[in-house]
Order: sequence, then structure tokens, then C-alpha cells
Amino acid sequence: MTVAHAPSYESAMSSYEPVIGLETHVELGTRTKMFCGCPTEFGAEPNTQICPVCLGLPGALPVANAAAIEATIRIGLALNCEIASWSRFARKNYFYPDMPKNFQTSQYDEPLCVNGYLDVVLDGETVRVEIERVHLEEDTGKSLHVGGSTGRIHGATHSLVDYNRAGIPLVEIVTKPVAGAGANAPQVAKAYVTELRDVIRALGVSDVRMEQGSMRCDVNTSLNRPGAQWGTRTETKNVNSLRSVERAVHSEIIRQAGLLDAGERIIQETRHFHEDTGQTTSGRSKEEATDYRYFPEPDLVPLAPDAAWVESLKATIPEPPSVRIRRLQEAWGLTDHEMSSIVNAGAVELITATVESGATVEAARKWWLGELARRANAQDVELEQLSITPAHVAELQALVDAGRINDKLARQALEGVLAGEGSPEQVVAARGLEVVSDSGALGAAVDAAIADNPDIAAKIRDGKLAAAGALVGAVMKSTKGQADAKTVRELILSKLS
Amino acid sequence: MQPITMTAAQIADAVAQGQISAREVAQAHFDQIASVDTELNAFLTLDTEGALAAADAIDSARADGEKLPALAGVPLALKDIIVTKDVETTAASKILKGWVPPYDATIVRKMRAAGIVVLGKTNLDEFAMGSSTENSAFGATRNPWDRTRTPGGSSGGSSAAVAGYEAPLAIGTDTGGSIRQPAAVTGIVGHKPTYGAVSRYGLIAFSSSLDQAGPFGRTVLDAALLHEAIAGHDPADSTSLTAPAPDVVAAAREGADADLTGLTVGVVTELGGAGYEAGVSAAVAATIAQLSNAGAKVVEISCPSFDYALGAYYLIAPSEASSNLAKFDAVRFGLRVGDNGVASLEEVMSQTRDAGFGAEVKRRIILGTYALSSGYYDAYYGQAQKVRTLISRDFSKAFEQCDVLVSPTSPTVAFPLGERVDDPMAMYAADLCTLPASLAGTPAISVPCGLSEGLPVGLQVMAPAFADDRCYRVAAAVETLTTAALGKPLLAHSTF
Ligand SMILES: [Zn+2]
Repeated sequence: MTVAHAPSYESAMSSYEPVIGLETHVELGTRTKMFCGCPTEFGAEPNTQICPVCLGLPGALPVANAAAIEATIRIGLALNCEIASWSRFARKNYFYPDMPKNFQTSQYDEPLCVNGYLDVVLDGETVRVEIERVHLEEDTGKSLHVGGSTGRIHGATHSLVDYNRAGIPLVEIVTKPVAGAGANAPQVAKAYVTELRDVIRALGVSDVRMEQGSMRCDVNTSLNRPGAQWGTRTETKNVNSLRSVERAVHSEIIRQAGLLDAGERIIQETRHFHEDTGQTTSGRSKEEATDYRYFPEPDLVPLAPDAAWVESLKATIPEPPSVRIRRLQEAWGLTDHEMSSIVNAGAVELITATVESGATVEAARKWWLGELARRANAQDVELEQLSITPAHVAELQALVDAGRINDKLARQALEGVLAGEGSPEQVVAARGLEVVSDSGALGAAVDAAIADNPDIAAKIRDGKLAAAGALVGAVMKSTKGQADAKTVRELILSKLS
Repeated sequence: MQPITMTAAQIADAVAQGQISAREVAQAHFDQIASVDTELNAFLTLDTEGALAAADAIDSARADGEKLPALAGVPLALKDIIVTKDVETTAASKILKGWVPPYDATIVRKMRAAGIVVLGKTNLDEFAMGSSTENSAFGATRNPWDRTRTPGGSSGGSSAAVAGYEAPLAIGTDTGGSIRQPAAVTGIVGHKPTYGAVSRYGLIAFSSSLDQAGPFGRTVLDAALLHEAIAGHDPADSTSLTAPAPDVVAAAREGADADLTGLTVGVVTELGGAGYEAGVSAAVAATIAQLSNAGAKVVEISCPSFDYALGAYYLIAPSEASSNLAKFDAVRFGLRVGDNGVASLEEVMSQTRDAGFGAEVKRRIILGTYALSSGYYDAYYGQAQKVRTLISRDFSKAFEQCDVLVSPTSPTVAFPLGERVDDPMAMYAADLCTLPASLAGTPAISVPCGLSEGLPVGLQVMAPAFADDRCYRVAAAVETLTTAALGKPLLAHSTF
């Protein structure tokens, strides 16, 4: 493979226009699987949530999960889609060991929802991303390749398959090609996936956790010269975080631009995104792609959602997150810039919940966009992946407001919460972080400091109040910082006046 | 009376009244199997232990004064494509040899609840693909009427078991005629219910949109009793009908009077004439004349689309089969070939499927894979579905003019073993008459109606969807009339 010289992003953008497309898979949080009664809980012992149906045993037959159909239609409605009055499942045929029947029961030309859109707000501007289709299918099992160094099938001595995930309902949401975003394409991609995640979370149909794989994204990218036809697209898989969505588009634009600059052509292929390097590598080429031999699933009857029922589901669709953001911005009294910092940091839900737990908007913003954002960044994770809840943050702030801890202690308490030591209250108690406010103990510490520093005490008595700082420092040292400096100062002055 | 010559209805009565024990009945059938099955090869697996335990349970329930279910103590032979918990299930394929399912098919649960004693699993064409049972990986089954001939197929093990007095009842499955044609060539009754009338949960799929399990019996009433036991809605099968099943037992009783006044019988023009054996055509014509004598109005009806049934069937069934049989991949159950630690997963799958599937199964997988391929789908699978719609329309139009349609069940009597194994098209022609009802999902029964050079001929009676009872009513009349014409039941003419 030729390695083309990689241009800068800016130079790539000066020569080409990107077109992106996103295919997002969302595991629904239904109690049971798509076509059988097996439970769907994440993290169970391998192969404990299986039955003849999801194991594809001879003779077993599927029965569609009505809750999953309803959830899919609600997603379609939230994405402004038309809901099909006639829809069918189809078999997608290909051999793979983690797919029990060697066909996936999916939807092909008759999906449940079509032709919708999702508005996303990027730096105060609304961008409309058109939705081509929303369809329902089943997830596959999970293969574990053992004995190789890479965890991939090549070089492995054997493979283990866990079928617990096989048959979990999966909704696929496919956008139409998004053109015209220009250099913002990576941010639009991220903003779309973020908004989609928020929409689905607000519907309560999935926990949409990218890091657990309950939301997965494939990103299509192509480049063309301005005014020219769209270029050949690549499909990047394994994009498992919001940040990665942005990075994957960014790096694929630079890679393709390098090839095009060198006069090479883009191969239509699947590429894999690597979180560690931020680069994509070539997967299987679509030019030798499998023919999936789709045909209508004869074991399931067609779906004909009743129009009145669909209408009644509309009433269950919550306010669109973008509308909600404008409403929150107004309620919180923030500027466009302040609000977009919150949105870009993926902190809307976190700040909302923190405020609901009793903190002021200002305090909530201070924590999530300050100290916590810094830590998330350092760990290269999303804010919500930090092991701290909005309720913890509100509690922490309440401790500060009550004067029970100071800012420095608050950071130590935060440290403890993030380390899994419990709630702020528990950490403060366990680590003994509370400000020394007991006047007896503090008085003794002040007396000791005066006794140890007679010269300084004399200066203060002589009215040189600036010297008090040295005594405050001594008291803070002896109390290991657990005293309130202002109180200490007042105590010193009153004793020496 | 010998238990093995009793009908299912008689056995159920005798057991209920304590005239005979369920164990004696089961044992008598196992004795018959022991004496004839080395020649017939109707059974692949016997569940002697399970059957005798079930029989004993019925006997002790009776001793305890419990009310016995409808078919308590009646033995049954089960086609080995129906899944049975803890009893090997092979679909007559090497690829499944040794597979012991962890669950029972819905109809097996229903039959156990009805007191039926399952003796064992019967031979078939591998995965039900064939019309002679010669495509079994475990040897052909022979016809009790003439051991050099086939018992039909694919449910030939079940038809031979009933005709050979190894069981009074059997379950077959019918995708394109696999119950009706074997019933016809062994001189017994076999019914393919309306699609969806009997649960497919636990029936190893060949062609999902066509497969339907149904009963075999030596009498129409016996078949109806078994039909009643297995029919009904099953929440585990999405294609299962929710409408209540018609009373087929009452219809069988009513039809035995052979009074068909007010009934219009349509004779299908396209299913007869050139290509049909003279003896078959003669027996069918004589029976139609008798139906007329019994009060039925007989009309000739043309169903032009039936001529395309064979072509449509051999696109739809293989297409679905190519997908249904993909699960046989050596990963989770069944045969595994070539797993030497070096071969790739793909190589193991491929070698397993090469060694595990027989020639006819491979032929159909290849045919179906091709028909579903991108670029060919519309011309083949899509077109075949259109033909299917046309066939359904022909049926609907026909049933505006008549109550039932009749035809020969098969163009020939039982053909000699080996005659058609190398000629797939000749083999496929055995199902010419049965395919239309399969494609339309409508019910059809085959009932013995006469002899041609000493071998049985079957009459097929087809009815509109959900009207299985009409099939039984007319079949019962045919049974009465045929018995009268021959002086004794047709099966009694077998020298077996
Ligand atoms: Zn399951």
C-alpha cells in the first residue's frame, strides 16, 4: 500500500469538500430480546442468557418483541420520520460464527421509519441532518479470539463465542449524505451523534452508552473537488465515542486528501478506527463484498402499525433536545457562547441534573466545565464517564457553601469521590477533611502559634497587622489546611488586640 | 383383535375402557417393528424406553381413576424432522447425526398432552427434500405394498410405518406434497393442513413459507383425530393462525355417510391427462363418478396458473432452504469436519457442509443461493412469488364455483426404488398435483380411492384456506365409497 503524504487539515479543506454519512446502531433497553424471551442485562456470565431461538437451534422460530417495535417507532417519530403502514423483516444472509443462524433478521426495503431529519446546533447555527431510514434488527453474539497477540481472528489459536448479546434488539439509524458542512464536517458528525444520543436517551428506550457498545457508529466519508461529483466513500467502523466520531472524520479527510493529492483513487472499503492512534486502517474491501441475498423473513408476519396507535405514540415524544437547549439557555440566563461551551462539552444533562440536585447554574458550570472537564480531558474520557454523579457535585458544592470545606478541601473530596470512596459527605468524613471550626481546637492552635512566634505576636500587638499572615500560615500548617483562613485571622487579631 | 390392526379410535376406546393396556398396545407395535422394520427401514430411532414409560403412565392414571385424554395410549411414528427433547433428531442428514435437542416441538408437547405414545422417529428424504425417501443419509425406506418400490417422500418413513402396521398414526411434514404423495402411494390417508393451522415451532425448517406438519392415518377419522390433537394457535410461531380450528373430527364422521347432496366438486383440468398413468386416471375418474352418484354436483374447472407451480416451487423452496440450512455450520451442534487446529473457520464450515449434506440438499442450496443473488432476485424469487399469487387467485376463483377441488394426488403409483434418483426432473414431477395447494397455503388431503395393477391410488381433495373440515368430509365419503367398491378397505388389499 502506498503511503501518501498527509496534508494538513486546512490544506485538505482548501482543495476538497467532504460528504459524510452516519449509520448508528442503538441497542434497545427492552427487558427481553428481539425474538425470544431471554433477558438482555449487560455483563452476565457468557452464554447464560440464551435459548433455542437466539441460539438458532434447528426448529426454533422467532416472535417479534412488541416493545422493540414500539421503541423503534418512537425513535422514528422523534426523528420526524414517516412511519410505514406496512413493514417487513428481511433476512441478511452471511456466514459468521457469532451469528447463530448465519443470517441476521433485519429490515431491507421495507423499514419501519423513513425520511426524517434531526436538527443539530453547532456554534449557535442549526444544521439539519436528514434521516434516510430507521429500522429494527437483532444484534449478533460476541467472538473472543484467544491465543493471538492482537485479539483478532488472525493468529488466534481458538475462538470463544458468547451468545448473550445475540438477538438483543438493535435499531439502525441511517442518515442521508450530509454535504456542505465543509471544514465543520467532523464537528457536525459529532454534534449529530450527540444529539441523536440525547434524543434516544430522552425517549428512555436505550441507555445509549457508547463505551459499553449499546450505541455504535459507522462513519462514511468521501471527498470531492468543489463542484465535482461526490467521491468514493469509505465506511469507518469501531467508532466508539463521541470524540472518536469527530476524530475519525477528521483523520479520514486528511488520509483521503493525501491520496487524492497524489493522484490516487479512493477504494470503497470498510476501515477500522483505532482509538489509540486516531487513525483508520483498511478492513475488508467492498469491491469483493458479500451478496447478502436479502429476502423477506418468512418466519415473521408483516408489520402494519395502526395509524391511530402511531398517532397516540406521538404524545409520548419528549421535547427535542435542541429546543430544550434554547429553553434551558433562557432559564439559566446564559449567552450563546456559554451555552455552546456546555453543549460542546456534552454537559447539558449533567448540569441540568446538578441544578436539579440543588446547585446553582454557576456552581454546576464551574465544576463540570472546570475541574471535571480538566480531569476528563487528562483521562481522555467523556465527562459522563467520570465516576461522579451530578448529585455528588451538588453535594460537594453544598459543603463548600456551608463553609464545612474550603476550595482546596473540596478538590481533595472530589479526588476521593472519583476514586470511588463514596459520596462527598462520606469522603469528607473518612478523610477527615472538614474545616476545623471547633473554637476550642482552633483556639489552642492559635495559642500555640502565638507562643511559638513571640516576635511576630509582638509586632501585631504593636499594630503591624500585616504580620498576621505569618501566624495564619503557621496555624494552617499545624491544622493541615483544615481551617478557614479568615476565621483564623480574626481569632489571632482578637487574641492580640 | 390384534392391537396392530386396530385404528387409533379403537385403541383409544379400548384403553379408556380398560380392555387393553397402553403398554400392551405399545409393546405389540414394537414387536411388529422388530419383525418388519429391517426390511422397511421406516424408523431411524426407536424410543422404546420413553414410549413404554409414557404407556405405563397412562395405565396408572387409568388405574387411579383419572380421566384419560382423547388419544391416550395410541402409538405414533414421528417424522425425524420434528424436534424431540432428549431423543436424537437428524432430519435424515449426516450433518445432524447425534444431535439430541434440548427441547420439544410444540406439536410433540400437544401430542404428549393428548396421551399419544411416540414410538420413535421415522426416515425421510434428507431435510424433507425429495419424493421417495431415497435421499435419506441412512438408507431408503421400502413400500409395504411392494418392497422394490418407494413409499413416496419425503415423509416415506411415516407412510410406510402406518401402511406396514408399525403404528396406527404418524406425523409427516408437507412442503410440496410430502404428506399427500406418500399417503397416496402407500394406500393411507394424509392431510396437509391450512398453512398456519399447525405450529411449526420445532419443525426443522426446509421452506418456511410452505412447511406444514400434518397427520397420517389408516382411516380418515384417525387422521382427523390426530389433526385435532396437533392443530391450534401457538404463540411461539408467528405464522400460526389465531382463528379457531374447524371441527375436522365431526366432518370425518359426517362424511362417512357418503351423502354429498348439495356439494359441488370441481375437477381440475390441468391436473390430469397426458403424463398421468392410465391406471391412476381410471381410478380417479371412477371415484369422481361415485361422488356424483353420492349426490355431488361435478364440474370441470380450469386453473391455468397451476402449470407454473413446479417452476415457482423450485425457486421459492430452494431459496428459503439455502438460508434455513445456513445454520448447519459446525459451530454450535452437529457434525464438525476438518477441525485440526490448522484449518480456518471457513475451511471447517465448508468441509463440514461438504461432508454433511447429500447431493440433493446441495443441489437445492446452490439453486436457492443463485436465485436470491443480487441481480437475479427479481427474475427468479420475485417472479416465483407472483406466480404464487396467481395460483392463489386461481383457487379463489375456483372456489366461487365449487366447494372442493379434486385431482389425482400423484401422476403415478409408487415407483421402483432407484428409478428416478439420477433424474431430478422426473422425481420433481411426482409432486405436480400437490404443489398448487402448498404454494397457496390451502388445505388438501389424500385419500385412497382405488388400485392400479394392485398398487394404491390416491385422490386429492383441496379446499379453501381454513376449511380443512371440507377435505375430511369428502375424504370420508370417498373412503366409504371405495371400501364398498373394493369389498373391503383398500389397505386390506395389501399382501403385506
Ligand atoms: Zn433466547
